Amino acid sequence: MTDFNAMQNALVNCDKDKLVGLVNDALTDNIPAVDILNQGLIAGMDIVGDKMENGDMFIPEVLMAAQAMGECVTILKPLLGDDEAAQGSNVIIGTVKGDLHDIGKNLVSMMMESAGMTVHNLGVDIKPEDFVAQIKEKNAQIVCLSALLTTTMPMMKQTIDAIVEAGLRDQVKVMVGGAPVTQAFADEIGADGFAPDAGSAARFAKTLVA
Amino acid sequence: MFEVIGERINTSRKKVQEAVASKDAQYIIDDVQKQQNAGATYIDVNAGARIGHETQDMQWLLDTIQPIATVPLTLDSPDPSVLEMAFQMAEKTPMINSISLEKERYDAMMPFLEGKNCKIIALCMDDSGMPDSSDDIIARANTLVKELNNIGIGTGSIYIDPLVQPISTDSNKGVMVLDAVRGIKAKYPEVHITGGLSNISYGLPQRKIINRTFVTLMMAAGMDSAIIDPLDEKIMGTVRTADMLLGHDDFCMNFLKGVRAGAILS
Repeated sequence: MTDFNAMQNALVNCDKDKLVGLVNDALTDNIPAVDILNQGLIAGMDIVGDKMENGDMFIPEVLMAAQAMGECVTILKPLLGDDEAAQGSNVIIGTVKGDLHDIGKNLVSMMMESAGMTVHNLGVDIKPEDFVAQIKEKNAQIVCLSALLTTTMPMMKQTIDAIVEAGLRDQVKVMVGGAPVTQAFADEIGADGFAPDAGSAARFAKTLVA
Repeated sequence: MFEVIGERINTSRKKVQEAVASKDAQYIIDDVQKQQNAGATYIDVNAGARIGHETQDMQWLLDTIQPIATVPLTLDSPDPSVLEMAFQMAEKTPMINSISLEKERYDAMMPFLEGKNCKIIALCMDDSGMPDSSDDIIARANTLVKELNNIGIGTGSIYIDPLVQPISTDSNKGVMVLDAVRGIKAKYPEVHITGGLSNISYGLPQRKIINRTFVTLMMAAGMDSAIIDPLDEKIMGTVRTADMLLGHDDFCMNFLKGVRAGAILS
């Protein structure tokens, strides 16, 4: 039996060489790539996300872990069936119009990818109509709006209003985040949720579409 | 001498917002006096958080603060109409926070600044986002200085904010901004360098020691001002000590004064 715990530990310890070795060993033992992905890597990143949320792991470590995971996903990808590779939710993420900050958004994007979701990162300064167009095009289940400035927070509401007007509000869950954003603000503008950090954002996204 | 822009009067801080909403002038006065006593050389005033109330909140804050202010104010808003009103009210030559190279902000701020006697904080931000190399920061600073000079603002009235970015997401971000500051000061010795510092430690534990260590490195590179909380005794002690070590404190008088006042501890 393959020890998925060892993979999870290697990920939590940011030990890329060890993790790649364990993944290759598992493949040699004919363990299905999809099991390695789900029970080893994604489960390991869930632990990383929890530790980040609890203040036991920090951004540089999370980046190292994600990099180690990325290397293994590159190994696994050719071995995954199409349905296996794209099993997670379709997520759209971007920083709202007028705001050019991207660090937090990119961390959330990375943690969601590591949680097995398909993330379309639109970038910064995204107009409401572009969010709407991308939700349609990508058939998204979740849209994540980021704003780092008190001056661009109202644009989150305008973006949600545009999603409502386009008749897409029932199709997507809306998450908001960024330094000045609070749960109260999320409630006020009619978002489905708010997360204070990248680890809890990925976890919360899963509960939204569960 | 290092210039400390006290950041506490900002309506995005909960207690300040409550005081503004309930017109609790005494809270604001006490806070400003504490900042001044702690060594603030400017008091930043930002009334932006109560959406739809910025003009009246700014007006009330200035009415409240100016009678007791012993240092000039930093008028902090992205809205030129709020700044115009605040500028007309200002009794001492104010500092304006801020202009950047983002087109919308730039186009709105340049007509406001033209012909005014003020200091200006200039952010190295443009429509492509945060700078991603020291050369990029230097190029943006260069553009800002030239354009501001063109509308009559002297280099010595410009406070360049090179935009400190988190070292947690890229180990090079410290060196990048330090190199940029040295480059800007080499080209424009009389320009000032300011900015917030706490971004450097975003995503890491024990942030304050990172911020304090970083400010000394930045000061050695040429930073001569920062937007900080003057009531943080440890960072203020570090700044005053570093200022002495960099030769900006004749006969070590400010340092000794700080020690005697109990504000600088080993």
